[in-house]
Amino acid sequence: MSKIKSLADLKKMSSEFKSKVDLREKGDTIDKLVQIKVAMATCGIASGAKEVMDFFIDELDKNGISGVVTQTGCMGYCYAEPTIEVTVPGKDPIVFGYVNIDKAREILDKYIKNGELVEGIIPVNYETVDK
Amino acid sequence: MAKYKMHILVCGGTGCKASNSGGIAKRFEEVLKERGLEDVQVITTGCFGFCEKGPIVKILPDNTFYVEVKESDVETIIEEHIVKGRKVTKLLFTDPKSEKHIEDSKHMGFYKKQMRIALRNCGFIDPENIDEAIARDAYAALGQVLNHMTPESTIEEVKKSGLRGRGGGGFPTGLKWFFASKNKADQKYVVCNADEGDPGAFMDRSILEGDPHSVLEAMAICGYCIGADKGLIYIRAEYPLAIERLKIAIKQAREYGLLGSDIMGSGFNFDIELRYGAGAFVCGEETALIHSMEGERGEPTVKPPFPAEKGYMGKPTNVNNVETFANIPPIILKGAEWFSSIGTEKSKGTKVFALAGKVNNVGLIEVPMGITLREVIFEIGGGIKGGKAFKAVQTGGPSGGCLTAKHLDTPIDYDNLIAAGSMMGSGGMIVMDEDNCMVSIAKFYLDFTVEESCGKCTPCRVGNKRLYELLDKITKGKGTMEDIDQLKNLANVIKDTALCGLGQTAPNPVLSTIDNFYDEYVAHVKDKKCPSGECKALLNYVINPDKCIGCTACARVCPVGAITGTVKKPHVIDQSKCIKCGACMEKCKFNAISKM
Amino acid sequence: MDMIKLTIDGKNVEVAKGTTVLEAAHSVGIKIPTLCHMNLGDLKFVNKSASCRICVVEIEGRRNLAPACSTDVTEGMFIKTHSIRVLNARKTVLELLLSDHPKDCLVCKKSGNCELQDLAQDFGIREIPFDANCAVSTYRKDTSPSIIRDMDKCVMCRRCETMCNEVQTVGALSGINRGFDSVVATAFEMNLEDSPCTFCGQCVAVCPVGALTEVDHTWKVIQAIADPKKTVLVQTAPAVRVALGEEFGMEPGTIVTGKMAAALRKLGFNYVFDTDFAADLTIMEEGTEFLDRLTRHLNGDKNVKLPILTSCCPAWVNFFEYNFPELKDIPSTARSPQQMFGPIAKTYFADKLGIKREDMVVVSVMPCVAKKYECTRPEFSVNGNPDVDYSITTRELAHLIKVANIDFNMLEDEDFDRPLGESTGAAVIFGATGGVIEAAVRTAYEVHTGKTLDNVDFKQIRGMEGLREATVDIDGLELKIGIAHGLGNARKLLECIESGVCDYHAIEIMACPGGCIGGAGQPYHHGDCEILKKRTEAIYREDEGKPVRKSHENPYIKELYENFLGKPLSEKSHHLLHTHYFDKKEVIETE
Repeated sequence: MSKIKSLADLKKMSSEFKSKVDLREKGDTIDKLVQIKVAMATCGIASGAKEVMDFFIDELDKNGISGVVTQTGCMGYCYAEPTIEVTVPGKDPIVFGYVNIDKAREILDKYIKNGELVEGIIPVNYETVDK
Repeated sequence: MAKYKMHILVCGGTGCKASNSGGIAKRFEEVLKERGLEDVQVITTGCFGFCEKGPIVKILPDNTFYVEVKESDVETIIEEHIVKGRKVTKLLFTDPKSEKHIEDSKHMGFYKKQMRIALRNCGFIDPENIDEAIARDAYAALGQVLNHMTPESTIEEVKKSGLRGRGGGGFPTGLKWFFASKNKADQKYVVCNADEGDPGAFMDRSILEGDPHSVLEAMAICGYCIGADKGLIYIRAEYPLAIERLKIAIKQAREYGLLGSDIMGSGFNFDIELRYGAGAFVCGEETALIHSMEGERGEPTVKPPFPAEKGYMGKPTNVNNVETFANIPPIILKGAEWFSSIGTEKSKGTKVFALAGKVNNVGLIEVPMGITLREVIFEIGGGIKGGKAFKAVQTGGPSGGCLTAKHLDTPIDYDNLIAAGSMMGSGGMIVMDEDNCMVSIAKFYLDFTVEESCGKCTPCRVGNKRLYELLDKITKGKGTMEDIDQLKNLANVIKDTALCGLGQTAPNPVLSTIDNFYDEYVAHVKDKKCPSGECKALLNYVINPDKCIGCTACARVCPVGAITGTVKKPHVIDQSKCIKCGACMEKCKFNAISKM
Repeated sequence: MDMIKLTIDGKNVEVAKGTTVLEAAHSVGIKIPTLCHMNLGDLKFVNKSASCRICVVEIEGRRNLAPACSTDVTEGMFIKTHSIRVLNARKTVLELLLSDHPKDCLVCKKSGNCELQDLAQDFGIREIPFDANCAVSTYRKDTSPSIIRDMDKCVMCRRCETMCNEVQTVGALSGINRGFDSVVATAFEMNLEDSPCTFCGQCVAVCPVGALTEVDHTWKVIQAIADPKKTVLVQTAPAVRVALGEEFGMEPGTIVTGKMAAALRKLGFNYVFDTDFAADLTIMEEGTEFLDRLTRHLNGDKNVKLPILTSCCPAWVNFFEYNFPELKDIPSTARSPQQMFGPIAKTYFADKLGIKREDMVVVSVMPCVAKKYECTRPEFSVNGNPDVDYSITTRELAHLIKVANIDFNMLEDEDFDRPLGESTGAAVIFGATGGVIEAAVRTAYEVHTGKTLDNVDFKQIRGMEGLREATVDIDGLELKIGIAHGLGNARKLLECIESGVCDYHAIEIMACPGGCIGGAGQPYHHGDCEILKKRTEAIYREDEGKPVRKSHENPYIKELYENFLGKPLSEKSHHLLHTHYFDKKEVIETE
């Protein structure tokens, strides 16, 4: 890792990373890539988010689905932990709550593979300040 | 691969269910089947948090948002929207201000009820990857400050933003920085107070777990402003994940040269260390926190001197809370004017609340200052669980008070909450329904304060214990009217004489419940009754001889043998033996047992 | 100096910047009650915990009441010290304190001297408006040879903690537990006896209530006197005679030597002797040891250790044994006067009387609580029979006198008995800081030079400064002297010696601020530093009034050497009058 020596350096890096984050380090295959974010704060982990994350990592691989599973902080839906956000190519991100392993399998089989929505959607009800 | 080209989302939240969203979903499925529309899926979702206008139906992929939908509207929606692709105007949400229909949920005012500034990256980035933070402009504010701003102009910007301390006190952050910057010393410190201790509040933990870099960056900005090159984060040891993520974040920031010496070629040095607290509530008070960091007993000392004059190791120290720091980078990047455009006259920006209690959607919310309790509880929180009646909401944790239905439309900000007898605190918000006894609530908080008092000053050490004992006496039906007077006097004296904020605010739950629910106190004392039925000592289970058929089921289930009677004759409960477990009432199939 | 103008209870007040509201009010005759607060001025003891909240006052413009003791005045302040709001708060706080305090005032050791009792009385509290069965804190009692801790009575004023940690730097006491269970205790709540406590007892001297008191031996003394088989001797330390009068309503600084001797005789002691005699003896032994070390040093002996440190103070001995064991061969090996008196009485004088040591009881009256511990040290007993049987404090002596129906103020002066009651002015000044070393210099001068010392007053050695140094010209030899009183100051001197920066020839150390006149066994000063100053003045007055003012000129000391000991540092002296020290750090840490 090299040091950031100036504000210009930082800005350059920022825009580089921006595209990287968007592409989840998978180059230009974004269109075919399923992104899953697992809320892994204390509340999530305590409700089993770790197992869910492991499940998706294993299962995407087994099913030959090109995707990336990342951890993230608390989304605020603590009543419905574990929560995950799934972005299927070409669609808006959808947040699912109460995701145990069974639910995770249902999300994988129905939504990710077939585009069929499953119960447990949590409507996102906040606005995030960008930048 | 997609089997469905359209989705109909029907809200399955408690509010909408109560107004027949279940029937609507069923009707959608029926009509779709009738018409052979197999590529449209109906799905029931969690609460949209817009219960006021329920039932809610949302159509994907075009995000159309229908409100107050009735079963009879289902055919119209399918006919017009699904088949013909035309929106059903009469079911769209009408903006009360512009009186225009709003088609897209993203443009609805409701969705602006939550606004994430402090939590901007929580749930969005991988907190263990600095690159993702940088992609979301982490350290850009620091870069801007170091390159284009002076300490004075930065402090000015923070002052102008109107940001006030989010830890509870609400002291203007810019002013605090200004004081610390004015005191000359060979060494100064920036301290982040991550000793979150309010029962039920966990926003600081969430920020540190979800976006640690926002805090590190803000501490460096503060260091630049006040002339400190050392930062300390005082974090409770019970937050292992937050500690782990902070350690990773600090390591990564150092590797990138965003902490350490000559940051971004500016010549400014700043580094951060962690200090662990043992989880004492009082260590959230800044002088106690500093003593704890110094290895002394964690107890407050008289101010002045303020930490800005004599803080950690006797040096000028600026202490801010995690959430306060998390607001700094957006203020720098988007400007004080933007920030101060959000909120009320004297309380700017947003506040994170940990919404808990008898509300459907408990969780962490960030809302602009000035939002009403009604919006928070009934819209974001999705209303009261089980359709029960709202009774009160407790804000400010053990230092706060209980607000009632008459406060529901009060805009939430520092000053209004204090005027209403409560306070902002660190952002705990516990909703209570008709089943909550307000005397017990006050007792619960006092129990906490008695446990957490450092024991230094008399009013807090002994006074709060006595308050607790008086409340306990009342909940057991042994209180007198003099006890209520004594409670009030003692609470006021503690408020007036305690040494630190913890002690001074500890009686707030007592005072506000006496103010707002005086009748409930009187009921406990005079009628020896707990109106909500929560106080077990004041509760009697009785068998209605008219309904009891003498099946003996209750007598068999009673763990203490308090129920007697012969078969096929009404049974009786011996009140002196009864432990009020309620097992008999659960067992009785004839509704013959009731609580009195 | 910047002056600040303010108004207190309608009075205009002008005081210097940095003055507290409490002091400002006091300056115009407004006495705001306090409990935790204590300020010993020159002795650098200030307890500013602001924890009791008794002294709260109403300051216009402030949301809450403010503690007068720790709020500095600011320009234009408008203060009310007895508004209904203040009085109600003060009364409630007092009631709270009383609700968690044992109600055994009738049998409490501090009764009559208790600041909480005084407050309750002044405020006219007649009942405590909390439930009769409200919780009361209970703790384990802890008894040591000197001090009893009855922490049920602790009001968390933290004076003891400030004294122990900040002034004495002993670090035996600190606040533990939280909330209602908070109390001041030793680490891990070990017994005081097992802790680093030196038994200096300064915690006892400042405790406002009966939480910290001395172990009481008065009844044992009464029993010994009543036993016809026992010959009971009493010895009284120099500082007792300038303070005892306070217990009988006399002005601080009143010298009551003659009345005291008369009272002791009336109490039934068979012989009324004086520790001052032993102090003269101490000078002979310690002075000779010093001159011996000094001469060898001047002759270039590299093995000789200087500076020599005085060893009269038992708390100080405990302090260095625990904190500076590596320096344990620097202090003089001479025993303290109390412990010199014991063996001389039980050998020399018992022989004279022809009685066995077991039939003799030696009682000492001391301004000190550490002396109680000192006489229990095993090295100060023979076959289990202690050299000094009981040590009682000045306060305990006053009790004895009252118990025996003696009207102290009416007593005619009497003299001490001989031979062990005769002393010089040099012995009297042992009671004030700097006195021991001054007494030693008076003798060392004449012995070293062989010349007569005309002016015996070495005023450069005297004073109340915590750390002092002085140079004394001994006929051309520049003697460098260091003086510390208060163990915190002692620590500074010792650290200075350890680092090799100091080059003193001799150092006097007393554990208690002010020396023995400020000892923990003296009448309570209740925070009035002037009392200590008046006692010091009295000590020097007593010295001036003595016909003989150099220890080596005490005729009975001469006689003792001629008939019994031989000469200073003789084999007999070594056996009876000298001691050795232990490494207590090791003991405590390996336990």
